Amino acid sequence: MTDTVSEKPSQIEALSLVPKATAKQSMKDFKSDQEVRWCPGCGDYAVLAAVQGFMPELGLAKENVVFVSGIGCSSRFPYYMNTYGMHSIHGRAPAIATGLASSRRDLSVWVVTGDGDALSIGGNHLIHALRRNVNLKILLFNNRIYGLTKGQYSPTSEVGKITKSTPMGSLDAPFNPVSLALGAEASFVARTVDSDRKHLTSVLRAAAAHPGTALVEIYQNCNIFNDGAFEALKDKEQAQEAVIRLEHGQPIRFGALAPDGFGSKGVVRDPATGDLKVIDVREQGAGAVLVHDAHNPSPTTAFALSRLADPDTLHHTPIGVLRDVDRPVYDTLMSEQLDSAVEQKGKGDLATLLAGNDTWTVVG
Amino acid sequence: MTSQVSSTAEQADGALVGEQRTSGDGGPGKEVRRLDRVIIRFAGDSGDGMQLTGDRFTSETASFGNDLSTLPNFPAEIRAPAGTLPGVSSFQLHFADHDILTPGDAPNVLVAMNPAALKANIGDVPRGAEIIVNTDEFTKRPMAKVGYETNPLEDGSLSAYHVHPVPLTTLTIEALKEFGLSRKEAERSKNMFALGLLSWMYHRPTEGTEKFLRAKFAKKPDIAEANVTAFRAGWNFGETTEDFATSYEVAPATTAFPTGTYRNISGNLALSYGLIAAARQADLPLYLGSYPITPASDILHELSRHKNFGVRTFQAEDEIAGIGAALGAAFGGSLAVTTTSGPGVALKSETIGLAVSLELPLLIVDIQRGGPSTGLPTKTEQADLLQAMYGRNGEAPVPIVAPKTPADCFDAALDAARIALTYRTPVFLLSDGYLANGSEPWRIPEVDQLPDLRVQFATGPNHQLADGTEVFWPYKRDPESLARPWAVPGTPGLEHRIGGIEKQDGTGNISYDPANHDFMVRTRQAKVDGIEVPDLEVDDPADESGAGARTLVLGWGSTYGPITAAVRRVRGAGQRIAQAHLRHLNPFPGNLGEVLARYDEVVVPEMNLGQLATLLRARYLVDARSHTQVSGMPFKAEQLAEVLKEAIND
Repeated sequence: MTDTVSEKPSQIEALSLVPKATAKQSMKDFKSDQEVRWCPGCGDYAVLAAVQGFMPELGLAKENVVFVSGIGCSSRFPYYMNTYGMHSIHGRAPAIATGLASSRRDLSVWVVTGDGDALSIGGNHLIHALRRNVNLKILLFNNRIYGLTKGQYSPTSEVGKITKSTPMGSLDAPFNPVSLALGAEASFVARTVDSDRKHLTSVLRAAAAHPGTALVEIYQNCNIFNDGAFEALKDKEQAQEAVIRLEHGQPIRFGALAPDGFGSKGVVRDPATGDLKVIDVREQGAGAVLVHDAHNPSPTTAFALSRLADPDTLHHTPIGVLRDVDRPVYDTLMSEQLDSAVEQKGKGDLATLLAGNDTWTVVG
Repeated sequence: MTSQVSSTAEQADGALVGEQRTSGDGGPGKEVRRLDRVIIRFAGDSGDGMQLTGDRFTSETASFGNDLSTLPNFPAEIRAPAGTLPGVSSFQLHFADHDILTPGDAPNVLVAMNPAALKANIGDVPRGAEIIVNTDEFTKRPMAKVGYETNPLEDGSLSAYHVHPVPLTTLTIEALKEFGLSRKEAERSKNMFALGLLSWMYHRPTEGTEKFLRAKFAKKPDIAEANVTAFRAGWNFGETTEDFATSYEVAPATTAFPTGTYRNISGNLALSYGLIAAARQADLPLYLGSYPITPASDILHELSRHKNFGVRTFQAEDEIAGIGAALGAAFGGSLAVTTTSGPGVALKSETIGLAVSLELPLLIVDIQRGGPSTGLPTKTEQADLLQAMYGRNGEAPVPIVAPKTPADCFDAALDAARIALTYRTPVFLLSDGYLANGSEPWRIPEVDQLPDLRVQFATGPNHQLADGTEVFWPYKRDPESLARPWAVPGTPGLEHRIGGIEKQDGTGNISYDPANHDFMVRTRQAKVDGIEVPDLEVDDPADESGAGARTLVLGWGSTYGPITAAVRRVRGAGQRIAQAHLRHLNPFPGNLGEVLARYDEVVVPEMNLGQLATLLRARYLVDARSHTQVSGMPFKAEQLAEVLKEAIND
């Protein structure tokens, strides 16, 4: 193996300031009394169940957990969580959550958003949250369609998508949310799939442990307006060739098993271009296959991995944690500035402030 | 000298204070005259440091104890092309030995640093006024640039004025020749030379400016000393040169002010302090989410300097994120603020609607400027009233509070915070560019006299279900204020979800029920309508016969100064007029309808096309007489007085 694997310099506990639950929790504790109103068969159910099931594992006082969402089908999510929650306006959840997280470090703040909410109307807030590295966990439900407005193409839809608003096919090229996040200086970027509860949970676990903004793209099926959009990744036979499962410290291998117990395909660096490419290890050997390094300070390889996916067929789609690095966290820095201001100038005294330096007195 | 006529126009036309004496104060053999008030305008290129010069003169004047009012006026461009008319920056200062209300209509003294400054300002200068010009700049090219074909200093076109030609640049360079500075560097201190000269003319104290210069250039002691030297040279020039035969005294305004300790303060600074004070009085952390915009950015700058008060300032990626972050912080239990100007309000509208629906406290500070669109970023206007009142989708009532003077921005901020916190609602604080940058003396309040704004967060269940279960209902209201409970994350047992979708009364759960929506819309309106605001006070002094006025002038916001000055003129001329000024635009004071009905004629001056008049007409069916001006500049008292006299005599 040619690559060495980076260790995260310090495993800062992201939620160290959040009070812990005093009693053992179960999934039931995180279910609200509200009836879930997504379409029957929607992928959102699976994600909700996974999140509710995963929360007790964190062991946080649930009154210190907040879900903030924007607008869209997935953004109804907070209503179904028995935590604090806000269903806000289209695209703005990362901004609202930034205010909450940066003013309350004792909270575990989660953003639930969709491909239209996060990447179209709210694109600006998403990239700025990522670059600031606010302590937020952003769950981006990507179904590659507008569901709540009944089926227009979204910023992740494939080119040529036939929808109500694009009867002759959509013209615009899609975003790859993982590539976008990496370009926006994200410190944690992962991708998972709604139907793979185990994988989804493992990604949530890694995201929760990450100090700073974590972006988790969740491929989510809209069975009404874009059914089967991720079939290539879900169908057992197709998935073997289509999905690249990334695990930190493991060689990037996928496909039908080779005699060494790993996949028969591998990702290598093309010595001519520096880019990544997929090879058949049975023909070319496994020696050059990259070992996945999620903690690599440079996002270059993670970006190259994200580009392996074909936007139309989804072949060679990497899932798992692409990037997970330590970077100063915005809300921590903000707090530290407040502390150092007090150290330097003393705790603010209002009377002194109001008087200023230049006063005169009028005697009656 | 005719220019220095002491017509105390703001008290009564024609009154005169004048005493001549000769003393050593003004220099050997120089005459000293006493005046009751003076208006000075410093004008120069954007890069000439006129705002700094004005600020320094203001500080000296404030510490001397005069009443004062200022009007900075500058282009939106940071460095507009040098020597051009659009690049002219000016600072007008009115100071007096009695209480004054405006920066003054017309300057008694114009300091013109170049031909452009002269040309751009001469129209405002009354005949007989003094003009101090920097003759060094009156050469062919700078004059041609602004269309002077002949030299106005020589062609007789200024014969109606008392012109003091002073080679400011040459004198400054000469004074600084021992500093070894380049010509360009030395020239930069010419504004300090001018300041020194004017400080001599008006007997201003000088220690403050010298201290200021040494602090400002602490890292460049050479430059600090050069500026101090230029400043002193200007003073000495006044004292020794024949051209300046007279200096003037304007006594401290001892009787104009109640007992107390004073400082000079601008509107944006007072507003920033008001926010810090409100947070302290509410015992909540202050959180500002903001995006830079003229003329509001100074509040962001100021609050950013006070992190030792626990103030968090967040410079967002855009206006929407600014208010979004503030709203998020409000949900978390901060006193949350967003600051902006008109274009920013437009972008924030949807989030303001969300805040109305969430019923969380939030201050939206709008420092109004000329519009529409980008409009006039550095000029003043009051044209966002209807935007604040109605500029949202759906029925989304938001209370509106408007300060009336720069210092009043402090109290208005506290009042806006009171309403937001008590009623759990977003509140508009409508200041404007004139208040923001203008300044006046401020009686520093006693901190222990500030209002108590403490709030009670929800701590436990507030409702009992039929089966006896104790639950928390996020939309169960206080029967008096109609405010809903503020339950912040971290409070055990009160986990709840709020959002922009219509919610069921009480439980806050999503509800599309028609009757519930009707009820919720009306309830949110009733909550705002029921906000306690003091009755409108009317100033209507009865004459000897006991009769009051038949005409009322009603204003709001920053027009208070000019309107009050105009009212003094009208009364000084022996006519009767009543005056009232609105701080609360939504809801209006409870007695407003009754007040309006008392007068035959209601005049409403506004720096828009009649927005308050429209509201009054719709609400009270009163035939309000709208008087409007949208020049980007405040009303002039004299012109307004004429309008009022016309209304009275109609």
